[in-house]
Amino acid sequence: MGYKAKFRVWRGEGGDGKLEDFTVEVNEGEVVLDVIHRLQATQAPDLAVRWNCKAGKCGSCSMEINGKPRLGCMTRMSTFEESETITVTPMRTFPVIKDLVCDVSFNYQKAREIPSFTPPADVRPGEYRMQQIDVERSQEFRKCIECFMCNNVCHVIRDHEENKTNFAGPRFLMRIAELDMHPYDVADRKDAAQEEHGLGYCNITKCCTEVCPEHIKITDNALIPMKERVVDRKYDPLVWLGNKIFRR
Amino acid sequence: MTQTTAESPARKQRAQLKVRTLRTDRWWLAPALTFAGLSAFLIYGFWAIFDASYFVEPYIAPFSSPCLATSCPEGARFLGLAPFGDWYGLPPGLLILGLPAGFRVTCYYYRKSYYRSFWLSPPACAVAEPHKKYTGETRLPLIIQNVHRYFFYGAIVIGAVLTYDAILALVHKPAGLGTWILLVNAALIVAYTLSCHSCRHITAGRLNHFSKHPLRYRAWTFISKLNAKHQPLAWASMFSVMIADFYVRLVAKGVITFPFA
Repeated sequence: MGYKAKFRVWRGEGGDGKLEDFTVEVNEGEVVLDVIHRLQATQAPDLAVRWNCKAGKCGSCSMEINGKPRLGCMTRMSTFEESETITVTPMRTFPVIKDLVCDVSFNYQKAREIPSFTPPADVRPGEYRMQQIDVERSQEFRKCIECFMCNNVCHVIRDHEENKTNFAGPRFLMRIAELDMHPYDVADRKDAAQEEHGLGYCNITKCCTEVCPEHIKITDNALIPMKERVVDRKYDPLVWLGNKIFRR
Repeated sequence: MTQTTAESPARKQRAQLKVRTLRTDRWWLAPALTFAGLSAFLIYGFWAIFDASYFVEPYIAPFSSPCLATSCPEGARFLGLAPFGDWYGLPPGLLILGLPAGFRVTCYYYRKSYYRSFWLSPPACAVAEPHKKYTGETRLPLIIQNVHRYFFYGAIVIGAVLTYDAILALVHKPAGLGTWILLVNAALIVAYTLSCHSCRHITAGRLNHFSKHPLRYRAWTFISKLNAKHQPLAWASMFSVMIADFYVRLVAKGVITFPFA
């Protein structure tokens, strides 16, 4: 059975704008993105919203629904009370282009700053031989759909714009961890993780893990293991000594 | 990338919402409960460390074990040793307090919990923190959190001592209720210690070729399963150590007197 839902949607260009109230029809089985589309079709034809697959796999429709970073296409209307006013805003960490559409180029810039997979010089493509148990740990990180909600929710840059220069965010620290754990990657990523990409800023409050729509254990399986690897390199004299003695 | 500040034009390009959060759920409940739980533990620990009723045959209170001072009753001394002589006049629990306390303070789970509930950095996801600047664990004093693995080594020793205490109580006939409380506590403490992220890293997390180290890989797989329960184990072991410690002190004070106590 359908009903009329109360929506408050951020409208504006750049940072300027305001929350506007709408009453929109909602039908059984719909998600927030369906309602946003109906709003666009019936009341606000110039409402900007980024979307693509409607299946939780493209990471385009990241937004904040009642203050929580969510994918619009994966947030079922049945999770809200019919009497509830649903507030929809763009992601709070990135500049707004228009309405619900953000400029997420910060993330692409950070991605470019990470050196790509670096195999040993004497191993040519096609010669890699890896066992499943050696690669499955980092395969979890390949599930990332680049919705950038982890970077959006991370308070290091969400609350402190000035840290964007020095902090890659959980998405790209996870990328560094993925490469560092790769059996055939020989690039030195530990010092860079700490010194250039700001791993030390992470205070492991796990919001990135909480919002990940792919349920990747970003903190437990990527960030903390990477912090421990950095400890091996920079802060543990016994490991340093062991590496010297056994020439590891 | 262009240098930005909190009030920079780049900041103003974000949606200018003046509210701290738009969350409508009870986001404050988890940090409030955590604050209450950790505060209770701190207050109890402060009282217990200065309380003198820590030993009654065959039980020793976990907060005061191992007892290493000459002032410890003879039966309470760990392996009969008393390396700290008459000159040491403070409560014996203070001698070993640093190891379990340091382990918990630098624990990755507890860091999350007190950063959220005490320092509000952030209090909950998508709720603005009140601090104007944030440098995280990049500099002193928080960079010291990186010593966690050394406290882990110390916590392993403490876990072994508490297990030894529980087994001593078990072989004492007849085994009373306190024995079982100490055994459960020791099991939870050991499980919490082994579920630590540093332990997971040391077993095999630091390796890139699991296939070359099958035994370490199996250990890592086991520790990873425990590690997934690190948060509940942290809470369970925190309450169990308080309950076990308080129980022994009540028996030692003569408050609990029923048979097989």
